[in-house]
Amino acid sequence: MLPEIGHFSLILAFNLCVLLSLFPFVGSVKGDVVLMSLARPLTVGIFVFVAIAYLSLTAAFATDDFSVLYVAEHSNSLLPDRYKLTAVWGGHEGSFLLWIFMLSGWMLAVAQFSRSVPLDFLARVLSILGMLCVGYLLFLLATSNPFDRVVPLAPSDGADLNSALQDFGFIVHPPTLYMGYVGFSVVFAFAMAALLSGRLDSAWARWCRPWANVAWAILTLGLCLGSWWAYYELGWGGWWAWDPVENPPLITWLLGTALVHSLAVSEKRGAFKSWTVMLSILAFAGSLLGTFITRSGLLTSIHAFASDPDRGIFILGILVLSVGGGLLLYAVRSPLLKGGVGFELSSREMFLLTNNVLLVVAAASVLLGTLFPMIFQAVTGKLISIGPPYFNAIFIPLMIPLIFFMAVGPLSMWKSTSVRSMVNRLRRVAIISLAFGVGLPLLLTLEFDFWSIAGVGFALWISLSMISDFGNKIRKKSNFIKGMRGLSLSYYGMQLAHIGVAVMVAGIALTSSYSIEKSALLQRGESTDLGAFNFEIGAARPVSGQNFSGQEVSINVSKDNIFVTELLPQRRVYFASGTPSTEMAIDAGFLRDLFVTLGERKENGAWSMTLYVKPFVRWIWLGALFMVLGGLVSAADKRYRYLQESAEKKKESPETYRSEKIADVGI
Amino acid sequence: MKAHRRNRLGLILFVSFGLTVTIGLTLYALSQNINMFFTPTQVAQGEVQSGQAFRIGGMVKEGSLVKNELDLVVRFTTTDFVSDVPIAYNETLGILPDLFREGQGIVAEGSVDAFGIFQATKVLAKHDENYMSPEVKAAMDAAKLLKSDESDLVNEDLIK
Repeated sequence: MLPEIGHFSLILAFNLCVLLSLFPFVGSVKGDVVLMSLARPLTVGIFVFVAIAYLSLTAAFATDDFSVLYVAEHSNSLLPDRYKLTAVWGGHEGSFLLWIFMLSGWMLAVAQFSRSVPLDFLARVLSILGMLCVGYLLFLLATSNPFDRVVPLAPSDGADLNSALQDFGFIVHPPTLYMGYVGFSVVFAFAMAALLSGRLDSAWARWCRPWANVAWAILTLGLCLGSWWAYYELGWGGWWAWDPVENPPLITWLLGTALVHSLAVSEKRGAFKSWTVMLSILAFAGSLLGTFITRSGLLTSIHAFASDPDRGIFILGILVLSVGGGLLLYAVRSPLLKGGVGFELSSREMFLLTNNVLLVVAAASVLLGTLFPMIFQAVTGKLISIGPPYFNAIFIPLMIPLIFFMAVGPLSMWKSTSVRSMVNRLRRVAIISLAFGVGLPLLLTLEFDFWSIAGVGFALWISLSMISDFGNKIRKKSNFIKGMRGLSLSYYGMQLAHIGVAVMVAGIALTSSYSIEKSALLQRGESTDLGAFNFEIGAARPVSGQNFSGQEVSINVSKDNIFVTELLPQRRVYFASGTPSTEMAIDAGFLRDLFVTLGERKENGAWSMTLYVKPFVRWIWLGALFMVLGGLVSAADKRYRYLQESAEKKKESPETYRSEKIADVGI
Repeated sequence: MKAHRRNRLGLILFVSFGLTVTIGLTLYALSQNINMFFTPTQVAQGEVQSGQAFRIGGMVKEGSLVKNELDLVVRFTTTDFVSDVPIAYNETLGILPDLFREGQGIVAEGSVDAFGIFQATKVLAKHDENYMSPEVKAAMDAAKLLKSDESDLVNEDLIK
């Protein structure tokens, strides 16, 4: 019964979406307030029905209803409850339902938190999101209904969730990534509404910015969780593989980062407006491209869902229609936009433009490497793949100037900034980062390694310039507390995010330079050295869980004959599918990770295993968390709320609105 | 020329210079990092130059997997059901993926040595056991076509 209710709710939601994409839109064109005010209740309705559908599917999983094909394919009666509740997104159909659920959630949030946005504008935004929803729901209902039944002969038990997915990372990574991805649809809808209404001004940028910041922050978190999960679950010891399905979120993230910065210029200076709109379209296209690549099965990837060409064509259709429509609208309307005020070659605008160009070029080159095998195959019929060396060769040189300017930009002035004053302010920072950047790695390891020096140097360069700027701003005020309170939240957000980049850069450089690993065949009682650590193999013992059994090997790690930790890697076999799976053991630390993956047991009792020592690897995700926090803090800036209050005041007296002052700190 | 025009010209020149350099470097990096993919049949027919690094994809032939007891060398045969190519892989380069087993589709990276053995530096098996990588699928499809052309004796069951 429940699955039918879910299916029915989806159809209802689809109908509401059709209404939402028509009536408020027509209302906004005709200036009909009644039609426009339908937008909010319709959005609430869509959210409610999609939520019912989503919960019905979850309930089918929770109650082991294997008469539902999707449940039978992705669950098993022995599956632990936490995975039953989340196995909804373990396959194509359910994960797409999650995608739609996230979109309806964003739509609800837009309807609720945009009281300050004029009704006609809001009606357009929600209508455009409604159109996207129509496409998605049609896709789900027509090609991939998650509620299909296996009747009359329902299987007695399910096929089980892929064992590689049965992990904490699976619970958190997909929803976060989807939420971030889908958030860019909101920014896209704002941009489209602005083009349609011709209202592409600072106020628009201010409505848009908190959404862009939150979407960006959540996407950052999603990427970070994905990288962390891949690191500890897949057991190859890396945190990024340039896999064709990792790349689209990264492309979206790079474009989103550019967008967040470009929006700052649009808000503060009224410049770069049409560029900002372009970035909104591109970031949105990136998010759809990610879905397309994962679901069409066009590329070889560890993430790909079982493929079906029809689905690929359908998603391609959605992509072409929405992005094509967006670009068409852009082409027609953007020439009407007036440029902002001029700026000089040395100005904050210029530094932000440099940032944007570098980020967009980086995104384009990652896109090229990701799609090239597909294009090559279409043209020559030959199958090829592009390896990580391509991405490293192109990505790293682009990041170096970006990091360099990251320290310069925030210290500069809008419109015009004197080169000499910048040099004066950054001279000390440059000397200290150079000295410690070269000195620290050299003193600690007694080896010259270019990348670790560059990493530490650049990390210091960014963070010291941030700290010195913060110090300067505080010093102008009479006391520290007053100074702290005088700075806006968006300034703190910027500080946090940039320091996050510094932490991440240091982590990436150090872990890439100093990680060591070793694969060996080891028996009980044997020991081996890796770096400063000694790994001694102990006894193996059986382990079992709710839906698996296996063996666990005890490994004692010591350093200079002092016990450090005991690692317990496992080799599991899941009952339902019979697939073997390794559970690596990790001893995580602020300065280094130790971990072991277990291979097979040989007849003489020896185990094949890989041992890793990875210094500073945690800094990569720590840096990402700083960025997430930065994005959220800056979205919480009071000037976005200010706007709401002032909009209300505006109704009463126009004078108070004009005298409203917005703190001009931060970007 | 007015100051702001000079600025704009400088900007355009700077950006186009940067873009040209980037595009040039990108294309160079791309051309340096293309890994060709061949099917076992293509390898057997000598389409690959000796020593050339490439990717090969196919099924791990049933009964072909030999793991040494004393070291980490793994030997198996990959097949597209027309031709077989022997592969050797040393697990000191990294333990084989969980899903690696006989009858499973795999993709290996490496090159063919003087004895006609493919020395793999990397072996990839897929995450999802229902999922066949496009490369393996293409190899199977190509082999299927070849077989039906040559003998009209397609054994569907084998391919499935």
